[in-house]
Amino acid sequence: MTWAVDLIKGLGITRGIILLFLVGLWILATLATSLPLTGLFADCLIRTGMNGVLVLALVPAVRAGVGLNFGIPLGIVCGLFGMVTLMDMNIRGYSSLFGAMVLGGGIGALAGFLYARLLERVKGQEMMVGIYVGFAAVAGASIYWLVAPVKNPELVWPLGGAGLRNTLVLADYYSQYLDKLGAIPFGTGYIPTGLLAFWLGMCGLLALFLKTKMGTALTAAGANERFAEASGINVTRMRTIGVILSTVLGAIGIVIYSQSYGFVQLYKGPLLMAFPTVAALLIGGATVRNATITHVIIGTFLFQSVLTTSLPVVNEIVAKGGSEFGNIPEIARLIISNGIILYALTRKESA
Amino acid sequence: MAAEPVLPLVEEPGTNRVKSAMVQNIVPILFGLLCLTGVLAAQIPFPFLINEVVTRLARNLFLVLSLIIPVVAGMGLNFGIVIGAMCGQISLIIVENAEWAGIDALLIAALISLPLSLLFGFLTGLLMNQAKGREMITGMILAFFANGIYQLLFLLMAGPLIPLRNEKILLPTGVGLRNTIDLVGTKHQLDELVRVGVPFMGLKLFFPIITFVVIALLCFGLRWYLNTRSGHGLRAVGQDMHVAEIAGIHVNRSRIRAIILSTMLGGIGHVIWLHSIGTMNTYQSHEQVGPYAIAALLVGGATVARATIWHAILGTFLFHTLFIVSPLAGQTLLGSAQIGEYFREFVSYAVIGVTLALHAWKTARA
Repeated sequence: MTWAVDLIKGLGITRGIILLFLVGLWILATLATSLPLTGLFADCLIRTGMNGVLVLALVPAVRAGVGLNFGIPLGIVCGLFGMVTLMDMNIRGYSSLFGAMVLGGGIGALAGFLYARLLERVKGQEMMVGIYVGFAAVAGASIYWLVAPVKNPELVWPLGGAGLRNTLVLADYYSQYLDKLGAIPFGTGYIPTGLLAFWLGMCGLLALFLKTKMGTALTAAGANERFAEASGINVTRMRTIGVILSTVLGAIGIVIYSQSYGFVQLYKGPLLMAFPTVAALLIGGATVRNATITHVIIGTFLFQSVLTTSLPVVNEIVAKGGSEFGNIPEIARLIISNGIILYALTRKESA
Repeated sequence: MAAEPVLPLVEEPGTNRVKSAMVQNIVPILFGLLCLTGVLAAQIPFPFLINEVVTRLARNLFLVLSLIIPVVAGMGLNFGIVIGAMCGQISLIIVENAEWAGIDALLIAALISLPLSLLFGFLTGLLMNQAKGREMITGMILAFFANGIYQLLFLLMAGPLIPLRNEKILLPTGVGLRNTIDLVGTKHQLDELVRVGVPFMGLKLFFPIITFVVIALLCFGLRWYLNTRSGHGLRAVGQDMHVAEIAGIHVNRSRIRAIILSTMLGGIGHVIWLHSIGTMNTYQSHEQVGPYAIAALLVGGATVARATIWHAILGTFLFHTLFIVSPLAGQTLLGSAQIGEYFREFVSYAVIGVTLALHAWKTARA
């Protein structure tokens, strides 16, 4: 078994365990079920692209030394606002999709700036404060969804005629536009070329940014604050930029997520979204102090694949009995994502 | 976590003293005003309001009080209280499965919860010692994690693997517990043991005397404990871990003890909370208690580094007054009870967020 230990060590323990788990699931799917593997794999890719930008959004904050940005729902809420506003203006298609990103991102930049100002005052407790900023943003936005002056009857609650619905259907707007863009049929499913290209493009842009002078300054500020200050870097400014970037990417991320999902979830929808997002980044090998684009790509793929594969496989094997087994992926998500975050929090070198 | 700097109250002349008292108690003052506005706007009959507040005080105070010890020990707000709540819930499931009834059944539930929360409190303490300085976030994530394990146990294994056989609490398939379990045997047992009704403004006010006696006993118990040698040790650890270490106090052991006590009290508190409501939301009840109890404590003026019994009492009173009036106030002021609900939620998150931010700000400046 030493080779297995070596393999896990080389991969890093989190990546190794999840990879073994995923491979196990796939073997199980091949041997014990009649599920089409190609379709399963295609679904994994779709889910990866769907969540990818949200996970990417965490990177600038970690790089700037703010830690894991649990306040990502703040950006999500901004993105939701962008989508809802353009849908209410009856704009459909690509203009609506990209308009929502621009509007959401713009508001996200403003919100991110204020959020960064707050985080500057609470150095050392950014993650805890971030969780509550996220929660408060979701609850505050819920009040807005209830009183928002929307006119489009497709968005308004059918009973009472005021307030937005819980779930908005994107079918007539831009549902899966990116997913289907240049999609390649693959067995029973398809490879979402456009979606993956957009995500990887965003990854590339961020990687390029991190290579620029400002990007290196940002990384330096996060790596060693005193040293950066001594070499003439304005640490506060860098941290602010990191948080703003993170919030803007969060806003764009939820637009991508929703277009792939086909629905916009308002109210409590985004409340707990930060936790699986953070877990995905950590599974990729990131720590509280260090995160790279590679971590994003590996982590999102591994985590989302495990979640996507476990439901059909478990259903096929055991769920002849009853519907309660449908909860297995949800339970797996809770245990894996929070277990990984706990592991990252209690690691000595991350302190 | 560093201790909060003590403000020099003595040196300042009169007006400044009032001002600094105002600043120190800004959270309860603001919250009091908010409650007052809500009460006036909601236009509910006064005796009804009092009855509701009394019920909720009896229901929640024990839980809120169980948060005090970890704050004294410098571990911040114990988001891990959810673990204790789970233990309380498990013991109520056992009692309900056996169909025991009466006040003794409630007592048995409380007793069963103790060894469970002792064990899990110990494990929580070990984990938190690994994450010094970030106990709160660790506790919070641990609670989510434990919720996953809890669901695994009671949604998938209860029935076939875990010997729970009572059809009244199992799902029709025989696997997994129902989403809501009616606490037939223990419902209101403690509250109604001695229940005094006082006529007031045409309505009767009810007081669950024994529940309040239990809460009072806990208050005196906490006061007594914090003045024992062990309690003083906790205080020293809370002030400064390094100094305490040098003074010969076992820091890690003290911190584990604080979390164990808090978890055990939380377990009993959750049993009281559930018995007062009468039905158990099998997969949600335990999750709600943590944030709400913490928000209540903070509303009373407690901070991450300082919490007293009076903070708990005042905070529970204010927070639950807002709880009662905000949907009604939302209804009359804005024409929608839902807005009031979301407002209340927003406030409870914002209170925790702002208190955490203020504390972090203070420690960063110090």
